[in-house]
Amino acid sequence: MAFFEGLKMTGGYGTGPDIINSCSVDVNRGEIVSILGPNGAGKSTAMKALLGLINLKSGAVVINGKDISKLSPQDRVREGISFVPQTKNVFTGMSVEENLEMGAYLRDDDYQNIIEEIYELFPILREKRNQLVGELSGGQRQQVALGRALMIKPSVLMLDEPTAGVSPIVMDELFDHIIKVKRTNVAILMVEQNAKQALNISDRGYVLVTGENKYSGTGQELLNDPRVRSSFLGG
Amino acid sequence: MDFLNAIILLLNYIFVPALTYGSQLALGAIFVTLIYGILRFANFATGDMMAFGTMVTILITWYFQSIGISLGVLPTALLAIPFAIIFMIGYMLFIDKFVFRYYRVNKSPPVQLAMVSIGVMFVTQAVVRIIIGPSDRRFFDGERFIIKAGEFKEMTGLNEGLAIKSSQVMTIFITLVLVSILFWFLNKTKTGKSMRAYSDNEDLALLSGIDPKRVVMITWIIAGILATIGGALYGLDKSFKPFTYFNNMLPIFAAAIVGGIGNPFGAFLGGYVIAFSEIFLTYAYKKFFMYVLPASMEPETLIQLLSTDYKFAVSFSILVIVLLYRPNGIFKGKVL
Repeated sequence: MAFFEGLKMTGGYGTGPDIINSCSVDVNRGEIVSILGPNGAGKSTAMKALLGLINLKSGAVVINGKDISKLSPQDRVREGISFVPQTKNVFTGMSVEENLEMGAYLRDDDYQNIIEEIYELFPILREKRNQLVGELSGGQRQQVALGRALMIKPSVLMLDEPTAGVSPIVMDELFDHIIKVKRTNVAILMVEQNAKQALNISDRGYVLVTGENKYSGTGQELLNDPRVRSSFLGG
Repeated sequence: MDFLNAIILLLNYIFVPALTYGSQLALGAIFVTLIYGILRFANFATGDMMAFGTMVTILITWYFQSIGISLGVLPTALLAIPFAIIFMIGYMLFIDKFVFRYYRVNKSPPVQLAMVSIGVMFVTQAVVRIIIGPSDRRFFDGERFIIKAGEFKEMTGLNEGLAIKSSQVMTIFITLVLVSILFWFLNKTKTGKSMRAYSDNEDLALLSGIDPKRVVMITWIIAGILATIGGALYGLDKSFKPFTYFNNMLPIFAAAIVGGIGNPFGAFLGGYVIAFSEIFLTYAYKKFFMYVLPASMEPETLIQLLSTDYKFAVSFSILVIVLLYRPNGIFKGKVL
């Protein structure tokens, strides 16, 4: 049994139609798993279901053997699940250090050493610690967003299109950072548009089509699969 | 000597009154900006909530006076303010629980909440008039002046006197202390930072585990403190008349918008910008020019740019100009 699992999840927004149908994903600690698929495949919805932002009609979400399907998003944060949204993922009017402090809001202990760890991971943030995040570049902001999410020392980190809208160089840099985070024994689940690059750093991947698991396998398997190549990777 | 007289004249009639009036507006403007930044609506009940807080202060002052408690040279109202604050916080939380909460939970658009606040305004206004009546009341007791104009003239031998009222010094002093504490709270404490985070990005604040109920409650508590102190200081310095408090809403909103709505430090400075503009433009400069210009150039008119009746037009004009040219406020900087 995997560390963090979504089992046969079915659901959608409000009383609308089901966006995901019997969709299953799982991820272990120290592993990067990507969810890929065409637009409207339900990738982000699957992630929101794991996070508790939408209600499931059936299926379950399990972390470390504990069923958390009924918990609110805040309570799931307490269980160690951290989420970096695609947009608006930083507090732009606050300094870098304040962003990290807000990430540690649920911690009652002294978190100064965790801030230090984040600065070790993303050295640029130490340099800009007192600057307003709204004044940073796109790549630096993404690092702040990652740093904020890591402050609770999550066991699961979910990323919604972390490289959306950044340049190719920054994208490579960000993927490097994500690999660094993975080495700290965090389970990473991400939704990505840049399928090729994402699969390159992923241990495993899922391809969703119309809310259902279509293909799954290791990163290399999916990269080499002619069906996946022709439909999502551009041949 | 004439030059010195001119300066004293400006200090006495412009600088000290504007600094006092600006402090009173600043407290109201921070109240408006805080509610706007965190609860995301324009609170039209601001003026009347301040009147309510002042009314409670007055009632408690009267009670203290009736049982013979006083602060000597200081006004008894200062002793009443802490009790009024406690009452006012209760009132704010009561209104929030029974009125605003419903719309917040249902995620109503901000304009709907603003309309609801107009309803709260009418009710608060009515309650104030039923309890204390619409007439003008003075509740200042104790020593009125720190320096009297006559004493100042004797001391310095100048023609112009500088009168400093104790209510003016109290207003400025209390405002500075209160605002310093508030900024320290917002910028340095975990709770204050979580309020700024909630105002900055509500969804991310929720994802970070910040409890929205707590943020909203603390916002109303701070609002209650600001409303009571701001209102009571205005009443001590001038007089308490419910209608004036309703009227003051225009300069208060102007101050909040000049400072960039949602930015408490901007609102604080905005209060002074509005107060100085109003008083600069409505002061009659005749005497000032009589001092600084040679006798041959003595002005024949009052040299008053606007009649004092138009002082609200000044804040209104500033409001319109700022909204047209600098809709994010004239000060750059941290938004709440």
